[in-house]
Amino acid sequence: MSETGGGAEDRQSHSPEAEPAPERIPAMQQILDNPFLLLFLGVTIPTVIYLIWGIMEIAGIPVEG
Amino acid sequence: MTTIDTGAIGAAVPRAEFRTCRFSGLRIEANAEKLIKFNAVTAVLFLALGGLMGLLVALTRWPAVQILPADWFYLVLTGHGANVLLFWIIFFEIAVLYFAGAVVLGSRLAAPKWAWTGFVLMVVGAVMANYAVLRGDSTVMFTSYPPLQASQWFYLSLVLFAVGALIAVFVFFGTLVVAKAEKTYDGSVPLVTFGAITAAIIAVFTLASGAIILVPTWLWSLGLVTNIDSLMYKVVWWGMGHSSQQINVSAHVAIWYAIAAMVVGAKPLSEKVSRMAYFMYILFLQLASAHHILAEPGMSSAWKIVNTSYMMYLAVMGSMIHGLTVPGAIEAAQRRNGFTRGAFEWLTKAPWGNPAFSGMFLSLVMFGFIGGISGVVLGTEQLNVLMHNTIYVPGHFHGTVVAGTTLAFMAATFLLVPLLFQRDIIWPRLAKWQPYVFGLGAAGISLFMMGAGTLGVPRRQWDISLADAVLRFEFPPAAYLMMGLNGISGVLAATGGVMFIVIIVATILAGPRLDRPGAKLAFPLHDKARERVSTYGSEGTLKLPGTIILVTLFFAAFVLYYFVNWKYLSELWLFR
Repeated sequence: MSETGGGAEDRQSHSPEAEPAPERIPAMQQILDNPFLLLFLGVTIPTVIYLIWGIMEIAGIPVEG
Repeated sequence: MTTIDTGAIGAAVPRAEFRTCRFSGLRIEANAEKLIKFNAVTAVLFLALGGLMGLLVALTRWPAVQILPADWFYLVLTGHGANVLLFWIIFFEIAVLYFAGAVVLGSRLAAPKWAWTGFVLMVVGAVMANYAVLRGDSTVMFTSYPPLQASQWFYLSLVLFAVGALIAVFVFFGTLVVAKAEKTYDGSVPLVTFGAITAAIIAVFTLASGAIILVPTWLWSLGLVTNIDSLMYKVVWWGMGHSSQQINVSAHVAIWYAIAAMVVGAKPLSEKVSRMAYFMYILFLQLASAHHILAEPGMSSAWKIVNTSYMMYLAVMGSMIHGLTVPGAIEAAQRRNGFTRGAFEWLTKAPWGNPAFSGMFLSLVMFGFIGGISGVVLGTEQLNVLMHNTIYVPGHFHGTVVAGTTLAFMAATFLLVPLLFQRDIIWPRLAKWQPYVFGLGAAGISLFMMGAGTLGVPRRQWDISLADAVLRFEFPPAAYLMMGLNGISGVLAATGGVMFIVIIVATILAGPRLDRPGAKLAFPLHDKARERVSTYGSEGTLKLPGTIILVTLFFAAFVLYYFVNWKYLSELWLFR
């Protein structure tokens, strides 16, 4: 994540005509910049570890009858 | 001051009316502004109702007063929980989401008609819940565990409220898409918006869990489902009940950063570090719901320990990072502002007369020292048995939700009302005192309930003298003292709450107008408020001697309190 701002200017300029090389965005920044990926992670992890695992444990409790 | 700003965006984009706030420099779209106002004002109305109920609860649990009869006590306690733990905070959080999405990013609000639909559903749900509780057949406490059964209207009201809030959360996500597509910001979203994204993500899990369990429970109340398993209900319900309080944490941390930025010009110490702390919230914070289930014999220790003692600590680490970076950012900004003498001039010369700043800082300190440390103790499976279902538990969550979240939301209100309603705080001298009065009361409530809880006083109990119980039990006199001090603190907090509501309502109705030439704010913002709150960038320093000392004090208190509780626990199991 660039410390000078998400739109930081860190482009190489070999000649006035050359196309500026696109800024390389670190993988972690790409994850943190994607709210829908974060939404997926933030819903899936507690759903699996807390809800589904918990419900499976309750479903496994023997019923006396 | 009002501008119509459509041409630059393009023909296919809906018309959006913006104005630029001349105090903050923020671009505010008309729909977003109106929805923030309606959600925030509605939140304050439910705070007033829930706060009144809270005062009655505190006065009833004060043994020398015991103002309500038993049936009314449980009814009012049910209403207090719903009004403050759900309605006050979630209405306000929706206002925070719209602010952090549309206003901080300078964007129009996505789908305003859907936003209004969500708002109406939330209002209908909240009013219906109060109707169900007040008519007396839904006295099931906030948790409403089966086999206690409320009226169908109670469950239906909560479902409607949850659906309305979910719509609002997706309007926020839609606003992020609009802002990115219309290039209202460059690169990564500002940290305050990232905090709001975290809150919104937790809100989706929260509201979905609520809908999953409350729909079948509603059908059960209608007689269409024969049985609701009590343990199943508890596990899924706490996915809503506790996670709703984690929305608070994310939202109020975002507010800490926002107020620090707008009042003293603070920048995050490190964007990377603060965002990783939020990322830990996204991944792990909701798992803390399991600490309500730690005494249930039906759940395995593996499930309990993974969800609390392993995963929850990663989220706690996130909070401790914010606990360093927020005061650190303030110290760095204050040093930049010229307060460089010694370790603490930045703190002693901070704008303590500004209720936005003082409320924010008190919230930060009390959330960490009271709510945070006690939360870790309660979340430890072994220690939990010391105070499970005692009044220590409400003591803990009043430290988080009242001293932490509510105080932060009040502070944000003092900051935002002048900017959105364009009316200045009507009684600034009274407003200066409000955070201290409310904060002292909130701290007292939390600490004295925790003190009584360690002496074994149960929560949700009308009469601790157990006068009509078959099996008598005598609590020590100190427990009665603690409950009396809790009642006095409740009166103090209620006084602070009344001060807040009166100041805000009077300001909205009759505060000095700020849209006139030459008008000035009673509590001025930092010169670079807009830049600091709405752009990406780190302070990039760790020369923070004052913050390091404060954080060391916090850790000393944390370690000491944590291990003192292990000492208490060891006395339960004497090995001879």
